[in-house]
Amino acid sequence: MDVRSQIALIFHLDKCIGCHTCSVACKNIWTDRKGTEYMWWNNVETKPGTGYPTRWEDQENYKGGWELKGGKLRLKSTGRGRIIPNIFHNPSMPSMDDYYEPWTYRYEDLFTAPEGDDQPIARAVSMVTGEPIDVEAGPNWDDDLGGSPIYAENDPNLEELTPEVKQMMFEIERMAFFYLPRICNHCLNPSCVASCPSGAMYKRGEDGVVLLNQERCRAWRSCVSACPYKKTYYNWSTGKSEKCILCFPRLESGQAPACFHSCVGRIRYLGNILYDADKIVECASRPDNELVDAQRELILDPNDPEVIAAARKNGISDGIIDSAQNSPAYRFAKEWKLALPLHVEFRTFPMLFYVPPLMPVIANQDSGSVRNETEDLFADIEKARVPIKYLARLFSAGNEGKVRYALRKQLAVRLWRRHKTVGDISAEQAERALLEAECSPEEAEAIYQLTALASMEDRVVVPPAQREMAIEALEDPLEFKQSTGFGFLTGPARGA
Amino acid sequence: MHDELLFAILPYVAMGVFLIMTIQRYRQRTFTYSSLSSQFLENRHHFWGSVPFHYGLLFVLFLHLAGLFIPDVILAWNAAPLRLFITEATGLAMAVITLIGLGNIVLRRMGDTKSRTVTSVSDWIVYALIGVQVISGIAVAVFHGWGSSWFATSLTPWLWSLFKLQPEIGYVTALPWMVKLHIVNAWVLIGFFPFTRLVHVLVVPNPYLWRRTQVVLWNYDRHKVRSKD
Ligand code: SF4
Repeated sequence: MDVRSQIALIFHLDKCIGCHTCSVACKNIWTDRKGTEYMWWNNVETKPGTGYPTRWEDQENYKGGWELKGGKLRLKSTGRGRIIPNIFHNPSMPSMDDYYEPWTYRYEDLFTAPEGDDQPIARAVSMVTGEPIDVEAGPNWDDDLGGSPIYAENDPNLEELTPEVKQMMFEIERMAFFYLPRICNHCLNPSCVASCPSGAMYKRGEDGVVLLNQERCRAWRSCVSACPYKKTYYNWSTGKSEKCILCFPRLESGQAPACFHSCVGRIRYLGNILYDADKIVECASRPDNELVDAQRELILDPNDPEVIAAARKNGISDGIIDSAQNSPAYRFAKEWKLALPLHVEFRTFPMLFYVPPLMPVIANQDSGSVRNETEDLFADIEKARVPIKYLARLFSAGNEGKVRYALRKQLAVRLWRRHKTVGDISAEQAERALLEAECSPEEAEAIYQLTALASMEDRVVVPPAQREMAIEALEDPLEFKQSTGFGFLTGPARGA
Repeated sequence: MHDELLFAILPYVAMGVFLIMTIQRYRQRTFTYSSLSSQFLENRHHFWGSVPFHYGLLFVLFLHLAGLFIPDVILAWNAAPLRLFITEATGLAMAVITLIGLGNIVLRRMGDTKSRTVTSVSDWIVYALIGVQVISGIAVAVFHGWGSSWFATSLTPWLWSLFKLQPEIGYVTALPWMVKLHIVNAWVLIGFFPFTRLVHVLVVPNPYLWRRTQVVLWNYDRHKVRSKD
């Protein structure tokens, strides 16, 4: 057992209001430089929809993630042997057209235009070339389905649905969508890291954050195609790739990442988990429908004395173990089985889990109130306007049971709370719902607490970074005493 | 005097600049040590430039290096006329492929506005120098054939005399002007190399093929550190 600590994230989709505050917070801090205008390390897309970059989930085209070939994991894009013949032209790399060409407006024209019969206009100019362009796409062009069925219809996840179901989904009065906020998943088995010929990408051992060393990046662009979530981006101006850094400078000082901090819907949870690194490859090689369980298997119980002992042996501090025991991510993903990984079939084992959205189900009720007469308490889930099959394509590699379990439990908690607060559901019925959803009243209360009432401190439990400890481990802090001093990285040439 | 400057002094200047400046740049400005790829901005035409250019150039370069390091093998191989013809023909074909690639690269960089924005002055100089090099090389192959053999008997000894610090320019002074142009331009390219995108050549050999699949960096020694026990 090789126990490591990893920061894991939960996004509760039922609570996301699609306001994009998270995206803007991130953009203002990290990506408003030249060459990064088109990048959204955090983006929020409408599902069903084509997403950003367009149809990123279609790996027949983009070749992201891993595939099983003869029982062995290999990169779908250019791993090992195949990087050499493809190094001069990356065959599966998206181009700027797959995102959009960033632009601004010539605002000064509004003031300097000569007097005439027409109103002056500010022309759109490309932020790459500075020349006028006709804007064809932009950030969130397909937000809220973009006023046209075309985006929803081209969602790659719809392929397995029957034409009738699709037809039903797109009937205007049944049309339902939800928001999918996405950041880098800081995967356990990152394909971007595995694909980098320069070895510029790495996973931080102490918390699993995936980073890209700008000095070592040589613009081979392998990570851009290898990441199935398209969360590494190529900076066309510096010639280096960039990605979400999970605001590690904030994490190291105990703060939530900016997108977490600013989230209006309070949908975001962060906490560390302990996992067994020895089993990653084996678990990632299981058949598709077992992958959700395989990933959960990797996550270890932080209260198990054996795990604690193994963690300590591996140099994990008590502070980090403590924080794993209080981790909301552990509870949602492993204990309650409410949160599921996005496209686990890419086999990177993303460490961002989503609580699948239940809301459209309830909103579908014609009377506007919860129906409690039917025998089958969970019939509504099956009749949901966003079919379970579709959600299963997103969150469980097609294993509908996993999604159904999470939705049932959520609905059971709602019925339970409804019984307690409104009282129009009988105790007997509420208890039966909990029983069928494999949820105890205590668990239901805990889920309710963490979902609806949790404060910032409960939602974001940042493990102690302990940089001081790390420094002391690597070098003697007294070594540089009275030497380089304030302001010098290397000793000054004179006068030292 | 003229020849001395070109064939006994220029090579040393070029090699000196190359050596010092590549190291200096690697140490002081590691960030810039790569080729600024523009594939992201234009994805189709890129293939028809970059791929033939690189493969062609690599092949021709290896032929030159073979002439430098294993001249005997080359001469022995070339002893049979058919084999000599094969060497010459493939060399020439690869040079033409390189030229086609370069042509596409230049056309793309001029035609596509986005790619043009990320093309620097030094890039244009590089393209010009490589253009002269490839065209003069093709001209030599066409007008002064069987170069794969006479390279080994004239240029190889001259180059080795340079490396031994006893330049014997007699080997090259009598060569036709086309060949001289090819040689001089090559040294200019080498001298200019450290200041251009060409440095990416030096950072290609990476242990990617034999390193572990995943890279995990620790900021502490996991088996030694414990905050408290
Ligand atoms: S800030 Fe929160 S609620 Fe708003 S879009 Fe982002 S994730 Fe959703």
